Amino acid sequence: MQCPKCHAPMHTYNRNGVQIEQCSGCRGIFLDYGELESLTRLEGQWSQPGPPPPGAPQAYPSAPAPAWGAPQHGGHGGHGGHYGHKRQKGFGHMLFSS
Amino acid sequence: MKPRGDGGAADGKKCGRSWGAAPALLCLRTHLRPVPETLWTRPRGTGTGSYDFRGTRVTADVLPALSAKVRAAAHPAAEACVCGADTSVLADRPDGTVVRHGATVAKAHAAGTDLAGLAARLAVAAHPALAGILLPPHGPGAAELDGRPVTFWSYGTPVDREDPDAAPWEEAAALLARLHRTPDSVLPPGLPPMRGPAKAARAVARLRAAGPHPAAAPVLRAWAVLPAWARDEAPMPDLGTLCHGDLHLGQLVRPGSGDWLLIDIDDLGRGDPAWDLARPAAWFACGLLPPDEWTRFLTAYRKAGGTAVPADSDPWPALDVPARALSVQTAAQAIAKSVAGGRPLDEVETSVIDACDRMAAHPPELAPDFAT
Repeated sequence: MQCPKCHAPMHTYNRNGVQIEQCSGCRGIFLDYGELESLTRLEGQWSQPGPPPPGAPQAYPSAPAPAWGAPQHGGHGGHGGHYGHKRQKGFGHMLFSS
Repeated sequence: MKPRGDGGAADGKKCGRSWGAAPALLCLRTHLRPVPETLWTRPRGTGTGSYDFRGTRVTADVLPALSAKVRAAAHPAAEACVCGADTSVLADRPDGTVVRHGATVAKAHAAGTDLAGLAARLAVAAHPALAGILLPPHGPGAAELDGRPVTFWSYGTPVDREDPDAAPWEEAAALLARLHRTPDSVLPPGLPPMRGPAKAARAVARLRAAGPHPAAAPVLRAWAVLPAWARDEAPMPDLGTLCHGDLHLGQLVRPGSGDWLLIDIDDLGRGDPAWDLARPAAWFACGLLPPDEWTRFLTAYRKAGGTAVPADSDPWPALDVPARALSVQTAAQAIAKSVAGGRPLDEVETSVIDACDRMAAHPPELAPDFAT
């Protein structure tokens, strides 16, 4: 995609689940329909954090992930939780093969 | 890191000067059971088997001769094996048959291997600049067996498949960072491009040859939107960095009681270093690798000066295309294996196919200079 202002290529980034196209030349940002509202909503959540949901502490900050990635469940993946079962199964099975 | 036992060293001790007839007889007797003809048409216990296009074995005859070669290499001065160690098969695939005798390992590379390319890759692994990063070969050249080049190496203890908590993520990341910083002057002129995209394209060809499957469509759609270089249909835009080309946890060993080293130079070459980070990245994105383990790996890579991703900003513009390609490769292999084995896809395989399905809604993030 080309920047409508300076015609340099635009690159897609994902910020908190919102797709953003940024121009590699003038650094201008292009938002699709509804994305500004999504960002505004996210900003509101950021400035007025609610109480953490009981029993689900955010033990590790979520790592940046691609838009096509599986939903991150936030919990500590080391021992059990969402990742425990699949992690054990996937580890020897898939993390070793070409 | 707690020290662990090392099978290679233990077997090496058996290689004392015991010149009696019995040990020699032990070694000359084959310890290799005949492998069933159906090996390549059903999954093995750990899921590491691979398949050729016709679903038939192609390496059946190389094992006895390769075993004889590894025994001879382990005892160059003796007429016959003198140590009594068993000869074991570490891998038996069309693209690589690996047998071990005591502390020595012999690998028969794929038939049709580019010999000049292999020689250049061996030269890289043998170069002093790569000491402590790549396992060096025994000797500079390759032997030949039934049309397949054969190389010799030291045995090393692999990563424990049963113990995810012991996975050496930091060590793997630091090795990759050092590999990627290899100066250009070290690389021989004939060193080919790394073979990551070629392997992904081969997996997709296998998927297409496997026949119709309901899960194939999302995987092929995800493949179709990748840039041509990632599909091995155009030259890679970045050939400036030495890459491993097929990094996974089976590519790390510890010879003797030493540190971890990278093994398997078959796909080594010049290319985009993000490809080497892309398998862990894909596992993380598919929900198979927990975020904290992915973060440990990425942080260690950056700390060691790795060049594949920016030091302090979003790594995904660099990782996106290779991580997509490796997700497609993994999904394609999983479907081809499930078709060949007449079994349903498991939960882990389904996670990767689901990720391919989600890719259609999100066009690739293209890092600067990688848009074509």
